[in-house]
Amino acid sequence: MRKEVIKPVKAFRILVRSIRDSFKSVFRNFSLSIASILCTTITLVLVAIAIIVTVNVNHITKDLEEELTIVVYADADTTDERLDEIEKSIKNMSAVANVVAKSKEEWRLEMQSYSDTLNTTLDYLEENPLLDSFIVTVNDVDDLRPVALEIRELDNIESANYGEGMVEDIISVFDIIKTITVVMVVALIVVTAFLISNTIKLTIFSRRSEIEIMRLVGSSNTSVKLPFVFEGFLLGVLGSIIPIIVMIYGYLIMYEQISNSSSFSIIELVKPMPFVLFTSLILLLIGSVVGMVGSARAVRKYLKI
Amino acid sequence: MRFIEIKNCYKVYKNGVAAIADLTLSINKGEFVFVIGASGSGKSTLIKMLYREEKPTKGTVEIGGINVGKLRNRTVYKLRRKLGIVFQDFKLLPKLTVYENVAFALECLGMKGSEIRPKVIKALDHVGLKEKLRSFPNELSGGEQQRVCIARAIVNNPKLLICDEPTGNLDPKTSKGIMDVLETINKELGTTIIMATHDKEIVNRMKKRVIVLDSGVLSADHEKGSYKASESV
Repeated sequence: MRKEVIKPVKAFRILVRSIRDSFKSVFRNFSLSIASILCTTITLVLVAIAIIVTVNVNHITKDLEEELTIVVYADADTTDERLDEIEKSIKNMSAVANVVAKSKEEWRLEMQSYSDTLNTTLDYLEENPLLDSFIVTVNDVDDLRPVALEIRELDNIESANYGEGMVEDIISVFDIIKTITVVMVVALIVVTAFLISNTIKLTIFSRRSEIEIMRLVGSSNTSVKLPFVFEGFLLGVLGSIIPIIVMIYGYLIMYEQISNSSSFSIIELVKPMPFVLFTSLILLLIGSVVGMVGSARAVRKYLKI
Repeated sequence: MRFIEIKNCYKVYKNGVAAIADLTLSINKGEFVFVIGASGSGKSTLIKMLYREEKPTKGTVEIGGINVGKLRNRTVYKLRRKLGIVFQDFKLLPKLTVYENVAFALECLGMKGSEIRPKVIKALDHVGLKEKLRSFPNELSGGEQQRVCIARAIVNNPKLLICDEPTGNLDPKTSKGIMDVLETINKELGTTIIMATHDKEIVNRMKKRVIVLDSGVLSADHEKGSYKASESV
């Protein structure tokens, strides 16, 4: 058989026709289209909620983790040279991110500023009873304990504390929450894909005779598939409009409420911009890609002999 | 000049049913051939192998030099564009008008709208349905629907027209009308026509070549044959 080459103009015409037909068939098969759109909408709203929870839990835990430090006190009789040496050796530890030295004088001034009573008491004392210290931040919360133990091994160290017990508890709770939310997002995306492609399968099942006729009159597999793929894309995009609107307004309202409320003052949510834009894009992407892939897969079944 | 060449062809379905056994025959360009036989004799399988809905299990089916059985799913459309197929159940799209149904075959090929129109009108003129362009299939009689199906099959000027019991659902008078249309196409356009049928009257009247299948085996092949000549069927 003579090899046929599809000219670009012809291909373009087929493409334009496919897009036109996909719009037509969304309206022609209105009830099934609505079913696909609603199904996409519902699952994408759930995906949006899961994304908001995951990102914010991550954000809050990161904030809290950054505040976790080791407070190191040197012995009372440590010389200034020795203090420099201690600072150097702590800095040299690989897991240490930062070391800030805080002298006993700085502590005294800071404490005096807290209250008048403390101010007067400390003034009466001839010698400063406080200790020189270092505030150590680590690269990862998991490094807190090993670094604290390593510091305790150094000479002239009175103590090195990081809030043992409580910190470990907080970290394990955060880890569990993070894992749960990530699993939820992945599971919801899989469920979305499954639901959307099943609904599209129903739509295509009702039009299998159309596909059969297209093939019998000589349509290539690609030109049979194209209108359905565009239709899937269209249904996915239409289905993601409501979840995007709900997500943007919902998040803005929630952010406003939480940042103005005194009872949630420790919680700081991710700033709405550009977070809502990224999330909208993700929702649009999930809707349209799942719609297209679902359609293409469903049609493929009828293209085999 | 040989157009269709079937050599030692076998077809065994997955469930073990042997539909065609050692079939060898050839058909020339411009011929009008009836394929007759009882139900289950392999008529439909033979027809389906010609438009590559089924692949032969063994042997070859060649149309115009193309080994149909070797075509891949992805390239079957190239063969179909050179054929016209007419079905017993018409296979028209109910939501499209007569014009759109016929034009559909050309649209699938990516043809320009201005090229499509005269071809569709010409095809509908051939089958005598020029006046019903805007009707929907459910507004037409069975005979008219079959004519639309024929118009769709011939609109791209195929070299071969495959008809699978096209008169199976029609009354004798309407069937005669359809056969007149097919005969005209065969004579005027020189299209080769292969038609599977059960209709004794048509076969006897038309005096064309008759191929008789019996349990998948070629039991008779008569030039200007008839049901009478193959009474064993």
